[in-house]
Amino acid sequence: MHRFANPARFTRIADRVLPFAAGGAVLALALGFYLALFVSPADYQQGESVRIMYVHVPSAWMAMVIYVAIALASAVALIWRHPLADLAAKASSPIGAGFAFLTLVTGSLWGRPMWGTWWEWDGRLTSMLILFFLYLGHMALMNAFEDSQRGYRAASILALVGVVNIPIIKFSVDWWSTLHQPTSVMRLDGPTIHPSMLWPLLIVALGFKLYYLTVVLLRIKSELIAARLRALDLAMVKGS
Amino acid sequence: MEKVTAFFQMGGYAAFVWPSLGLTVAVMSGLLIATLRQLRGRQRRLAELEAAGAQRRRRAASPPAAPPGETREARP
Amino acid sequence: MTRKRRRFYIVVAALLVFGSATALVLTALDDSLDLFQSPSQIMAAPPPPERGIRLGGLVEEGTVLRSSDGLSVTFRVTDGAQSVPVRYQGILPDLFREGQGVITVGSMGQGGTFLAREVLAKHDENYLPREVVDALKESGQWREGEGEGVR
Repeated sequence: MHRFANPARFTRIADRVLPFAAGGAVLALALGFYLALFVSPADYQQGESVRIMYVHVPSAWMAMVIYVAIALASAVALIWRHPLADLAAKASSPIGAGFAFLTLVTGSLWGRPMWGTWWEWDGRLTSMLILFFLYLGHMALMNAFEDSQRGYRAASILALVGVVNIPIIKFSVDWWSTLHQPTSVMRLDGPTIHPSMLWPLLIVALGFKLYYLTVVLLRIKSELIAARLRALDLAMVKGS
Repeated sequence: MEKVTAFFQMGGYAAFVWPSLGLTVAVMSGLLIATLRQLRGRQRRLAELEAAGAQRRRRAASPPAAPPGETREARP
Repeated sequence: MTRKRRRFYIVVAALLVFGSATALVLTALDDSLDLFQSPSQIMAAPPPPERGIRLGGLVEEGTVLRSSDGLSVTFRVTDGAQSVPVRYQGILPDLFREGQGVITVGSMGQGGTFLAREVLAKHDENYLPREVVDALKESGQWREGEGEGVR
């Protein structure tokens, strides 16, 4: 029963953090999107289609960051066997998958008018598609097993194996000739985005991060309750 | 009025910009709503089970004068 | 050592091994992971005619010529060292311009001209408002083309 000693404490902390995370997310998203749509300028070559950047880039960042978080949680789960680590990974997967999906679709919608194609199998796009499949695989493993511990173990291994894809996504535009252009923000020489566009982008990105924090805390709370329900169901079957 | 139409036209890229923004809003809010519904549903079930459990414990502690064999609560 | 410590080393070792294996595989595959070839690569190792390939580079300044009936266009793709002539019939993307990045999909025709089925435009990583670009152009500091970060 030591496993359930933590949940109460986690739930207390989560309940204190949630209002700030959710409130912060709403503020950052509202401000960010307002700036992105109404204040920031059109791009000199991409025109108004640049507004897609304000959802495409933060989605891509979240898809990658969340996967790294899942890989870290998986390492903690495998090495220290902390039960909350598995739940954090399970709770994060659908969110990361959603952002990976948005990255791909908004990328296509942006690429069609700018590049002239919905899709090419270049290093950046292909590795992002692989990331999406890794998320789906992770979610499948988390939910496929009768014995949830085996599912968690398999999913953790998949997460760690797949983490090598993250630097591939990041450096694909440097290592190989690609359709996707080189990095604009996370560069040694500094961003190549004008401040009038960079600030809205960063504010929206902050909003996405706070959104993730909000949703993942809710999902972990939900998983803890589900675990408690399973335990109670078991106890009732045994005790009656 | 002209400015409003121009805004919606997004420089000719409306067919690409608005679906991108709309899909983002849809996915993010859909996920949030699904999460909240799942959480509330589970919280409700937990409350029900714990209430039923509490009832059972009260009956067991001070058993009513009931005929033997009637020891089980009907599960909802 | 404790079981925890042993599990830690196993995970780290497995990651290192798997990471190295992936790095080796990617290095071995290196060229095949390129989406397109440069004019220099094409000139050095001309592909067989009729083989579908992608040629990428910059649209050479002053080489874009549209046919009199407006249906086809010819231009040269350059990487600074070599350039390849291209002929294309169809719609060009909005961003297609001289000095801009381009990827042409097609095959090498007779006489060394690349016959493109599809022309894709590349854009660089710079995001700037029009006014800023206009001001830079006026002050003579503007350079077109990709890979040149504007500070």
